[in-house]
Amino acid sequence: MIGLRHKLTKGDFVLDVDADIPDAGITGIFGESGSGKTMLLRCIAGLERGANKGGLPVHKRNIGYVFQQPTLFPHLDVRGNIEFGAKRATSHRIDSTQVIDMLDLGNFLDRNPDTLSGGEAQRVAIAAALLRSPDLVLMDEPLASLDSARKDELLPYFDRLHDELSVPVVYVSHDIEEIGRLCDHLVLLENGKVTASGDLFDVLSRVDVPLLAGRNAGVVLWASAVEAEDGLTRFHFADGDIWVPGVFETDAVPLRLRIAASDVSLCRERPSQTTILNVLRVTVDAIQRVDDAISLVRLDAGNQVVLARVTNRSVARLELKSGDRVFAQVKSVTVRH
Amino acid sequence: MNIFGPLWLSIQLALATTVILLLVGTPIAWWLSQTSSRWKPVAQTIVAMPLVLPPTVLGFYLLILLGPDGAIGSWWVQLTGSALTFSFAGLVIASCIYSMPFAIQPMQNAFEALPRQTLERAWTLGASRLDAFFSVVAPLSVRGFVGGMVLSFAHTLGEFGVVLMVGGNIPGETRVISIAIYDHVETLNYAAAHKMSLLLLAFAFVVLFGMYAFNRRWDSR
Repeated sequence: MIGLRHKLTKGDFVLDVDADIPDAGITGIFGESGSGKTMLLRCIAGLERGANKGGLPVHKRNIGYVFQQPTLFPHLDVRGNIEFGAKRATSHRIDSTQVIDMLDLGNFLDRNPDTLSGGEAQRVAIAAALLRSPDLVLMDEPLASLDSARKDELLPYFDRLHDELSVPVVYVSHDIEEIGRLCDHLVLLENGKVTASGDLFDVLSRVDVPLLAGRNAGVVLWASAVEAEDGLTRFHFADGDIWVPGVFETDAVPLRLRIAASDVSLCRERPSQTTILNVLRVTVDAIQRVDDAISLVRLDAGNQVVLARVTNRSVARLELKSGDRVFAQVKSVTVRH
Repeated sequence: MNIFGPLWLSIQLALATTVILLLVGTPIAWWLSQTSSRWKPVAQTIVAMPLVLPPTVLGFYLLILLGPDGAIGSWWVQLTGSALTFSFAGLVIASCIYSMPFAIQPMQNAFEALPRQTLERAWTLGASRLDAFFSVVAPLSVRGFVGGMVLSFAHTLGEFGVVLMVGGNIPGETRVISIAIYDHVETLNYAAAHKMSLLLLAFAFVVLFGMYAFNRRWDSR
């Protein structure tokens, strides 16, 4: 475990974090803008002067930092940028050819940083941070400065990073889909305080955290593709199946599916004439009022949990209570490729 | 009449001043560019004073300070046995103070133009503060260094009032080219004044042109 214990006051804002994160995999730090995510990362790195009185100087902390805006050193070519950290590394646990291959940087090495696109520059910045052979890599919304096309281009590299490297990563984002796709562990930050921390799948299936009650509500789960038909792929899910548009490799490793709570609706009886393909038999586990209009319903679907975002009026009309057996209609599912 | 004696003395003075200002001015410029101390405006004011003070005022105070009874001058006499005023060493000290803003301000501007994040990235990649300065800040601030050095060199070369006050007019010791020109004009030796003036004019043009041409090439890299 890595202990994150940081306190810092800046004007009216107080950051007070006390959390433990695993020393492997990617830990997501999720919060709205202004919740103190970046400040927390800067404290961990030693970049906040106020929080680092008498502490270890930044360059001795052996921490890799990937900034939101990729600022490369303009006087060095890509190779020089990548090797900057490696030259100063105290150990060389991470192999440079592996990192260069993983991030597809082989063709860029002799280029000047100002000839790179934003996504390419960010890949170089990530490689530089990794080749410092850090004990921990901090990433501050590394995709936020990119448009969505560039983002989609860069995301697979993060998947590879996750699958191929053992260095622990703290990944800050305000995009719950990014977090759901990449992270294993999740820390929720609200107004400088940690409101929840734990395994990603567990935290996302909670209904009692206000931060995850709105449009961010939704679960992430593992499922294996079984067969493809009519341009759809059938995933084995809980007690039944789930159909997802697109063709995915079957019998491969389980993939991550994300089901947003707003894409799940509930019926007392099995709907027959519906365009929705996925209807699951579920048991109501808990109902949590979010506000005057909306409730979050936690559903037990065999060995998996699904959340549904429904109106209070519907809860009353269907007389929903925990223990009820109902049908959940799942309108859409996103799959991590 | 030797033209090149005073010119050579001027060049020696300007070179010494430029080297000292590069060594002393760089840390001052760096501190000014990074600090948020409440003393910053005070320090900035002191650095900029030579820009607005008449050289006679500056020269007058320096004459007192560097004189055998002055704070620096008496210490120098104890150390070396000779006076600072009316000596080449005294001229160097006076020139350093007089040309200080011309060295510091371009460097400070270059340091301030450097994104904070570039510096922070260097630290997180394992560079100590000194390492980051030499491996990242300095190569990215070449323009500031060149500008500061060229301007302090050229400014020292053209200096007159302070030199006259502190150094006087001793051939081979303090008789720099600007003083020599003044001398020739006073004695109505216009031919010699012409030669020296033209030499200085050409020299100033070449130096400044060289700097701007360098900046142009640097920008279009």
